[in-house]
Amino acid sequence: MATFFGEVLSVYSRAVEEDEEDLQENEEDEQIRRELEEKREVHLQWSPEVSESLKSGNKLQCTDFILAVGHNAARFLSVYVLTSANWDAVGHASVWNERSRAVSGQTSEESACVFYRQKDNPSVLICQVTCYIAEDQLFQWTERVFECLQLRELNVTVLSDSSVAEYKTADYLCCSSAPFLRSLHTGAFSGKPVCQSLEQPNIVTGLPAAVLNHCEVHRIATVVYQCYSDVIGPDSVTMETYKPALTKLGKSIQLDPSPSTDVLRKFARNNVQSNLYI
Amino acid sequence: MFISSQNSPTSFKDFTLVMPAVAVGNVGQLAVDLMVSTLNMTRAGYIHTDCLIPMSGNNPYATCRGDAEELHTPAEVYIAAELKLAVLQIRAPIIQTKSKKFRQLVVTWIKASGFSRTVILSSSHAYQRDDQQLQGTPLRYLATPSLHKVSEDAFKELGWREMERVPAFPALTDASTEPRLYIPGGGITKGLYTDSCEEDLPLAVLLLFCSEGDNIPDSFTLVNHLNDWLHLLDNPSKEPNKWKIPTSWSLLFGSGIPPALF
Repeated sequence: MATFFGEVLSVYSRAVEEDEEDLQENEEDEQIRRELEEKREVHLQWSPEVSESLKSGNKLQCTDFILAVGHNAARFLSVYVLTSANWDAVGHASVWNERSRAVSGQTSEESACVFYRQKDNPSVLICQVTCYIAEDQLFQWTERVFECLQLRELNVTVLSDSSVAEYKTADYLCCSSAPFLRSLHTGAFSGKPVCQSLEQPNIVTGLPAAVLNHCEVHRIATVVYQCYSDVIGPDSVTMETYKPALTKLGKSIQLDPSPSTDVLRKFARNNVQSNLYI
Repeated sequence: MFISSQNSPTSFKDFTLVMPAVAVGNVGQLAVDLMVSTLNMTRAGYIHTDCLIPMSGNNPYATCRGDAEELHTPAEVYIAAELKLAVLQIRAPIIQTKSKKFRQLVVTWIKASGFSRTVILSSSHAYQRDDQQLQGTPLRYLATPSLHKVSEDAFKELGWREMERVPAFPALTDASTEPRLYIPGGGITKGLYTDSCEEDLPLAVLLLFCSEGDNIPDSFTLVNHLNDWLHLLDNPSKEPNKWKIPTSWSLLFGSGIPPALF
């Protein structure tokens, strides 16, 4: 396809070549494919007490499930929420795919998708996801996680990072307008989102979309707050944008109003580097 | 798996189903969008499956501020009960390794729902046409034997052209190799068609040869072609703008440009 400026772009076609699957696979190919599929499965590992109660048929009793997808969303929770109270890591999900690092020990994989629960108020469950979950794994991740949760009176809040370059609007976006929040919620969500709704033709993809789809068909109250930022990498201004999204949950979660600079320094890059010279 | 979004389950008995194949230029999907927005169809439910890449957004067919905030998912079923018409809109690509599973899911659902006939709107790469296909109209149709029995006369009357079978090895004139059905860039079109032939489902494929780019004109061509057969709108060709373009088609070529450019 040629653009208005004349350069020819190779267009990614959504049409799948139908001939590929006509080929008869030999046994070895089939076995490789099966093994790959097994390897790509999503696994959840819970702490001993949680897995014991899950085994006996008791699902995780939580009324608020907060899911942070992306570095800024996850670090926002680390800075503003997880430091201010006693939180226990209760489990993690491990996902293997084409972007996973070659055997560098389990640790990095394990810390990329962790579940936390407050010690004195187990009704709030937090999950931080900073790893890449492939398109074919999103549905399975969502199914596996929601299988473990008690769905009655469950409220789901998803915080998600996005680049402002992906945001479409008829008006030219002035550089001072980013970062900003947009929301998208399921039909079962009865509250009022703290920000403007995501305008058409913008869409949400990835894990937030998988969670929204699941919750829409299962009628679970869910809201996604998508933060459009113009900074690549974690920064404190983008993190702060998420603040209003959680103030609604004030009764169940205490936000640290002014985190110490030490904490911030640990999680954010305070000097925004220019990308003019690489 | 079909999940109803309404409190009482909808019956699709004797309905006509129209669905797109995710194919070159997304022509089928655009045509289905035109149908849903013009005929004011209501959502009956979702196809919730792991075969499609997850995506979601607000109402793509919003007409006013009031109905804009409504979540929509990758595959949804809409109906116009008075026309006995149902459409399945697919908004996301099929995960490549799961296309066979998706085909099976669709065929099983069509069989279980009792649709009287199914129409697949599809497209194929224009650059892969052979000599005989280059001439005349870019529109083709295919019908399974069980639909052919009832609609053969209608297709003849319309003067439609059937999709040609092409030789398997173009340079060779070997009488022993049978010409085959070849729909490059058509996604699951051919698979759905052959599955339906085996299952004896009444199914038609309407397709258009096109290239990737601005495929809006192609979608109008295809939906008008379908309308010649099903008569969803009366005489749309006399009033070319009768099909209503949905709000979600805005900004197809990106955001606004900085005013400082000028």
